[in-house]
Amino acid sequence: MLLTVKNLSVSFGGVHALNLSGFNLLNRELRVIIGPNGAGKSTFLDILCGKTKADAGQVHFDGHSVLGKSEVRIADMGIGRKFQKPSVFPSLTVYDNMLLAFKMNKGIFASLFFKPNQEIDDRIHEVALKVGLQKCLGKVAGELSHGQKQWLEIAIVVLQDPKLMLIDEPAAGMSDEETEKTGELLLQLARQHAIIVIEHDMKFVEQIAQDLVTVLVRGKLLMEGTFEEVRNDQRVIDSYLGRANVQLENF
Amino acid sequence: MGNKKDFGLYACGIALFLIILPLGNVLGFVSGNTISLWGRYFCFAIVALGVDLIWGYTGILSMCQAFFFCLGGYSVAMHIVLKGATASGTNGIPMPDFMAWNQVEALPFFWVPFQSFGLSLALGLLIPAAFALVFGYFIFRSRIRGVYMAIITQALALAMWLIFLRNETMLGGTNGLTDFKTLLGLSLSTPGMKLGLYLVSLITLGVAFWFSRKLVDSKFGKVLQAIRDSESRTSYTAYRVMHYKLAIFILAALLAAVAGMLYAPQTGIITPGRMDVRASVEMVMWVAIGGRGKLKGAILGSLIVNFLYSICTSLFPDSWLFILGFLFVTTVLYFDKGLLGMLETVAAKLGSKRKPSPQPAGHEVMQS
Repeated sequence: MLLTVKNLSVSFGGVHALNLSGFNLLNRELRVIIGPNGAGKSTFLDILCGKTKADAGQVHFDGHSVLGKSEVRIADMGIGRKFQKPSVFPSLTVYDNMLLAFKMNKGIFASLFFKPNQEIDDRIHEVALKVGLQKCLGKVAGELSHGQKQWLEIAIVVLQDPKLMLIDEPAAGMSDEETEKTGELLLQLARQHAIIVIEHDMKFVEQIAQDLVTVLVRGKLLMEGTFEEVRNDQRVIDSYLGRANVQLENF
Repeated sequence: MGNKKDFGLYACGIALFLIILPLGNVLGFVSGNTISLWGRYFCFAIVALGVDLIWGYTGILSMCQAFFFCLGGYSVAMHIVLKGATASGTNGIPMPDFMAWNQVEALPFFWVPFQSFGLSLALGLLIPAAFALVFGYFIFRSRIRGVYMAIITQALALAMWLIFLRNETMLGGTNGLTDFKTLLGLSLSTPGMKLGLYLVSLITLGVAFWFSRKLVDSKFGKVLQAIRDSESRTSYTAYRVMHYKLAIFILAALLAAVAGMLYAPQTGIITPGRMDVRASVEMVMWVAIGGRGKLKGAILGSLIVNFLYSICTSLFPDSWLFILGFLFVTTVLYFDKGLLGMLETVAAKLGSKRKPSPQPAGHEVMQS
């Protein structure tokens, strides 16, 4: 078991944002989390990557406790995070964005005396090809389209070579074609990394949900199952799917 | 192609400041005052490099650089004043006249190390660095940033200014330290010494520029820009942002201190007026006007603004602050890339008219 979560809870100003009794993830599993807005999906990822402090509970990753550690320690342990709003370095080139992400010693002196080498260069080109940015390496990241920024951020996370990738709404704001490409990319990445994806778009979920889907509602675990089980579950339909017809992005 | 243009710029700078001005001075065309004036501008340019590194590249608005500048300036000034001291203290060490006037009986202990030139230099670097380390540690650990950073550093500058103003601090109070006579046994008032200090300042500026260039081109420099762009992304990419911020804060403080050390002997006086909040704000304005985020812009801005200052204060003594304010506001409103950015835009436009292939040219400008 790569990740085990027990009785995790956090509240903001008296409101229980998350109250998760249990959550387990295997190595190289691709898990999709769905749920209405405010269900605590992003909060859950925020806790896993050290952005938000939990009130109580246990999170074990790869045999170590995660809670209470700084973002940098958690990143070093092998958890990479992609945010909902693309978060890249807009004034650096795509290549430099990826270079900074590459897993290496990231201390001050290591950065000062860093010399580029073939291995890093090859790896960056390989990942760029994977996410479809091989032609944009020299471009300033701020000039990329929204979809390309999303892919660049995925590339940044991939280059850190994490055991677990936390990916928050990768397809938000993408065209159908881009969404499908993103889905293929995630399926490909799931062969090497464990991935947790948050998503609203049920078509996209159907594409990528090869393992389990977890449904959160009001901070609690509603159910866990295959995509078919989840889609046909009456509770899920009542609390989530039935409310708006297909796409639940904006309500 | 960017290099070719840069080469021309460097060549012009070197020809003007390293050959024409000094040669003119030796031959008698250029007065010693002009030489000293430009020597001081170079000191300001060194500070501006530090401001650009911390603000332009890292996005941390530090408003206390003038304080670090003065720490360097005071340390050299203390050494010079001690060498020219005539009043005798009870412990047998000569002490500066102003202390005798203030009924001080013996040289205060913290003045003693400044009898040695080497120690003065070392302390002039060590004290600002230590200050930046301690102060920066608490600021950055508490994740203070943006406008709060600007406010807290201004508060520091103000507090230090108030401390230095007091006579009890034994640093000359409001009058500061003056009456400089000799440095390393050489009289400070001779034309040769003035030219020498000018050249040392110019060379130091060159070295500081080269060093800063190396720094921002290294991966370290890219991490700094990454912090400016997205601090959280930098943390989640496993960089310890605080270490980087501290390093660059200390480095900027050191650059300011070095500049202060060269500034004091060329001006002949150092007072707390050099370290008030306005002085620090002006330093930031030089960089904003010259072109933030570009090292050349910082140098250009500090040289031009200070040159204008000298001209304007003699032509229209009362309106300098209006002129500076006007310059600043126009820069912020219309040329957010500063003077250098404006020049490059104009050059790119002219270039694209002349040559039919504007695409790569425009891109080069973005990069440089």
